[in-house]
This record gives sequence, C-alpha cells and structure tokens, in this order.
Amino acid sequence: MSDKFLVATFTDTEALLAAVRAVRQDSFRIYDVYAPYPVHDLDHAMGVKRSRLPWVTFVVGVLALGFALTFQFYTSVLDWPLNVGGKPDNSSLAFVPICFELTVLLSGLATVAALFLRARLYPGKKAPKFADDITNDAFALVLRWRENDFDALRARRILEQSGADRIREKEASS
Amino acid sequence: MSSTVIRVNGKAPAEVSQHHVPMLPPPVWVDGSPSLRQITDDIARPLEMRPGKGWWICFSIAFAALLNLGGMVSYLFAKGIGIWGLNNSVGWAFDITNFVFWVGIGHAGTLISAILLLFRQQWRTSINRSAEAMTIFAVMCAGMFPAIHMGRPWDAFFIFPYFPNQRGPLWVNFRSPLVWDVFAISTYLTISLVFWYLGMIPDLATLRDRAAGGIKKFVFHILSLGWSGSQRTWSRYEIVSLVLAGLATSLVLSVHSIVSMDFATSLLPGWHTTIFPPYFVAGAIYSGFGMVLTLLIITRYTMNLQNYITLRHLDKMAKVTMLTGMIVSYAYLTEFFSAWYGGNLYERYHFINRATGPYAWCFYLMVLCNVVTPQLLWFRKARTSVVFLFAVSILVNIGMWFERFVIIVVSLHRAFLPSGWGMFYPTVFDVGILVGSFGLFFTCFLLFIRFLPMIAMWEIKGVVGHGAHKMALSSQEQEEPVSV
Repeated sequence: MSDKFLVATFTDTEALLAAVRAVRQDSFRIYDVYAPYPVHDLDHAMGVKRSRLPWVTFVVGVLALGFALTFQFYTSVLDWPLNVGGKPDNSSLAFVPICFELTVLLSGLATVAALFLRARLYPGKKAPKFADDITNDAFALVLRWRENDFDALRARRILEQSGADRIREKEASS
Repeated sequence: MSSTVIRVNGKAPAEVSQHHVPMLPPPVWVDGSPSLRQITDDIARPLEMRPGKGWWICFSIAFAALLNLGGMVSYLFAKGIGIWGLNNSVGWAFDITNFVFWVGIGHAGTLISAILLLFRQQWRTSINRSAEAMTIFAVMCAGMFPAIHMGRPWDAFFIFPYFPNQRGPLWVNFRSPLVWDVFAISTYLTISLVFWYLGMIPDLATLRDRAAGGIKKFVFHILSLGWSGSQRTWSRYEIVSLVLAGLATSLVLSVHSIVSMDFATSLLPGWHTTIFPPYFVAGAIYSGFGMVLTLLIITRYTMNLQNYITLRHLDKMAKVTMLTGMIVSYAYLTEFFSAWYGGNLYERYHFINRATGPYAWCFYLMVLCNVVTPQLLWFRKARTSVVFLFAVSILVNIGMWFERFVIIVVSLHRAFLPSGWGMFYPTVFDVGILVGSFGLFFTCFLLFIRFLPMIAMWEIKGVVGHGAHKMALSSQEQEEPVSV
C-alpha cells in the first residue's frame, strides 16, 4: 500500500520546534521528525513518551544474576565439587564477580538487541528517505495523510508560517 | 501606568545589551563555529581522500611491528615459553606486565565515553569515539597475552565454561580470580565494542549517504542498519546510550579491580594488599589518559582536526592525568607506609628491596614518570604546549609499564626464602612481542582513523547546534528588554 506524505524541511531547529508545536496544536498527528542529531525539547514538543527500554535492562539483569548464581552453584556444589585449598564448595562470596559481570554483559546486550528490534534496525534495511541531507544538516517534519479528513492546505499553511524552507508531497510505499 | 526601567550596573538596557555579559562566557568546544554541513565535511573528508604521507609512514612502522609480532608468536607456539626469560622464581614477567598495561590503557576510553557522558561533560564529544576505539584495540592486545603465555595456547578455550562440556563434569574453578578475569575482560571487550558500534551508527548513515556508490556505499549501508534519523528512534537511542553508559561505568571500576585481584588474593609480599583495587583503577585511568593524549595529538595533526580537538581538550585531559597521577603517587606512599607500619618481615623486605635491590632503577624510573612528571602539569603553559604534553604522555606510558613490571617481577624475584630467589632478564622475544603488541594496537588504530569517523559527528552537531553556547545566547536575548 502506498502512503502520501507531506514533508517540510527546515535548517533551523527553532523553526522546527515551532512548527512541531503549531502542527500538533492544530490536532494534526506527526508521522515523524528526521534530524541529524537528537534535538532537545523535540521529544517533549512531539509528545514522544520516554522509552521503556530500561525495563529490558532491569528484567534481563535480574534473570542474568539468577542464572549466574545458579550456574556457579550447580557446577561447584552439585555437578563436580572440587576441594581447592579447603574452601567450602559453596564459596558464595567468590561467585560475586562473575555474577556481576554476567549481569552487566547480558543486560547490556539485551538492551541493545531490544533497541534494534523496537526501532526496526537491521543490516541491509533500506532507510526511508523523505528529504536530502537528513544525515547531514537538514531537519524534516513529516505528516501522513491516510485519513480522509486530512486538510493538506491547512497543514501547508501552518508549516509555511512557522518557517519551513520547503514543503512537498511525497509518495512512499509502506 | 508608570513603567520602571531596570538598570544593570547603572546602565540603561540599551547600553547593557551592547557591551554586556556580566556572566561567564559559555564553553566552546569547537573552534571557528562551523556550520553543520561544514562539520560533516571536515570529519568525513579525510575518510574519502587518499591518506597523506604522515599516515603512510606511521602505518608502515606499525605494520612492520605487527608482522614481527606474528613471526615471534608463531615461533613461541612452536618452541614454548622457554624462549622468554622466565624461570622458576619469576614465572610471570613481560607477558602479564603487558597484559595489565594494555587493560589499563583501555580504561580511559570507557571513562571518557561513559562516565563523562553521565556527568554531561561536553568536551568528551570530540574525543570519545577515538578513545573508545583505543579501548577496544588495547583490550584486544591485552587479551592476547594470557592466551599466548599458556603452555598449550591451543587449549586456551579451556578457560571458558562451555556446553557440551567435553572435560566430563569438570568445570572451571569459579573461586579463582583468573577465571573472574576471563569474565571481566570478555565482558569489557563485548560491552565496549557494542557501545562503540552503537555510537557510530548515525555517523555510518551519514557516510552511507555521502558515498557515491560501490563497495563503500554497500558496506556503510549494511553497517548503518537502515538508520534514518527518525526522532522516535533518536529518543530511544539516547535512553539506551545512557543505560549502556551506566553499565560501562561500573565496568571502569570493576575490570581493573578484578585484574588486581589476580595479585591481591595471592600470599606473595608486594601483591597481598587490600589497596590494590582502587590503586589499579587510578593507575589504569592515569595510563589511559596518557595514551589518549598520545593518540589524539597524533590524530589532530595527521588528520587536520585542530578545530575539533582543541588545546582546551588537551588541557582538560592533562588535568585528569595530573589528578589520577597524584592518586597513584599517594598509593605508592601508602604501600610503603603499610609495609613499615604492618610489621610483616617479608612485606618490609620487599619494599626495601624495591627501592634498593637490583631492580631499583625500574622503581626510580617509575617514580620519576608517575610522581614527578604529573606535577609539571600544574602550570598552564605546560598544559597548553602540545609538544610538552606529547612528551609527558610518552613518559606516563613508560612509567605505567614500569609500575606493572615492578609490581610483578620485583615481587616474584625475591619472595620468602632466599633459596628461591632469582633474576629475570628479558630475551629478544620478550621485547619483540611487547613491541609487536604496539604494532597490533597502532595498526588497528590507524586503520580506524582511515576508514571510520574518528570524531562523533552527530554529537559534535548536538553540542554546536543546540549546546551550551546556543542556549546561553538565547538566554541573553531574553534578558534584554526588561520593563515593569
């Protein structure tokens, strides 16, 4: 299915922020904003909620900690107890460093994996291109009209008033 | 309605806005206030041109050393570790010294990329990418040494627990600090690598969009994972970067602590001390900043990046070097004090031997490099002279290598009974493999600055485009017309 988009490009972040606010005030939904670097206040202006990805870190961290403890206990106490210098089989204090390392390792890897899954980043993916120079020095505000009541003229007017350099329509398959 | 004009320092607002600024100027971390496009061009252009003569000279030296490493390690595998100067008294020498040295180097990279990110230090943006790369290459060099110092290096994988366990039910000994080390180093390498790559994705997308076509475009297309600059992704990306920074911060403190436990949990005089973990961590950051200074001074010249890696960056790094150098000096003093105050005969003898024995010259070289040299950095003139800083950074590297040599070899060569004493003399293979590890390190680093963006373009754009400077400017504008 092919979607139609209205793409407004900016060179100035202040104008971009103003446009985002104006567009949202007029009850348009923003498809996305594209920027060469994370513009602060833009999350707030767009109404993007704080990501819940840190929960992945926490949950996987707890699981990894449990795994590291049980694995060390199983190998050192149940599977093959080995007398090393007369230390007790369950030398739980000696298990702390590896518990810590595995917690950090697995929760870190899981967080990044979750980011890639959630943001749909994978090798070979073709990046959607709404405007030139997004990864260089341009900012783009993108609105989508799939809904019938999308008033393109009004959207254009708002974007023009808030200082967009260029506004064009673009079709892309999604 | 009466209107009162607020006067600042007895001047009317119109005058104030002209001559102005009763506040500290905002820090500027990039010289010449380039546009966003200019930043992309400045940083990406060296990657798109043929490298200069300076790069080729450095690369040929480094690559020759790397070839030497390959040859010497092959010979080592064929003959065994007897080709080194090891003996019954000194069973660990250059190998483990190099290992600790290289792991330590890595720590500054993680400190810059993780701890300074959490503390919102904007000066890190110009140097974090290359510092992280330095971490990865240093940890690679470090990881090589425990593997090649084994009697049978082809069985090196035995140090990992694995499935299916072909040793029957026999597992690695989880109570051993050497096994902790395996986990600490491999976790450190993995997380550093992931953090480095994650930070590079937006810049790889920039390079992808700049590339004309061909293999370069294809490689950047694959590596950039379809990055589009979507703000929704940026938002998640920043949160994940913070989380990873938090995790990596704990690694800065833990990795060298665990390395130090290889020594501290033994009973050997000179090793068996509780001060080791913090002492090692401070030394690691100190040596790492020495190496970051060396590398960045080379990079800013060979790649023409003086506007991005400014004297102010070097000044900041010099200050961190000085601070950590003083912590290290304090640790040296504490060791001697504890040896005297603790009253243990062997411990006391070890420290007398350290300062007066056959390896005393190593000790004094270490003191000269690590205690005296950082004190010169109190002077602003010293901190802003590139040549002087380069010399200091080399001395720091030498001093920290000798610190590990003193800790390891001097402790081992005269422990307990005099009948077990001996001397260690390095052979050509000891020295050759040390030089070779520098070859590996510099070859990797030079390839990195040749093919990948050695400065985080998107972070620089964030600092320039919307950083402290711009915010301060906008707050000045708001202050101007005040009337009640």
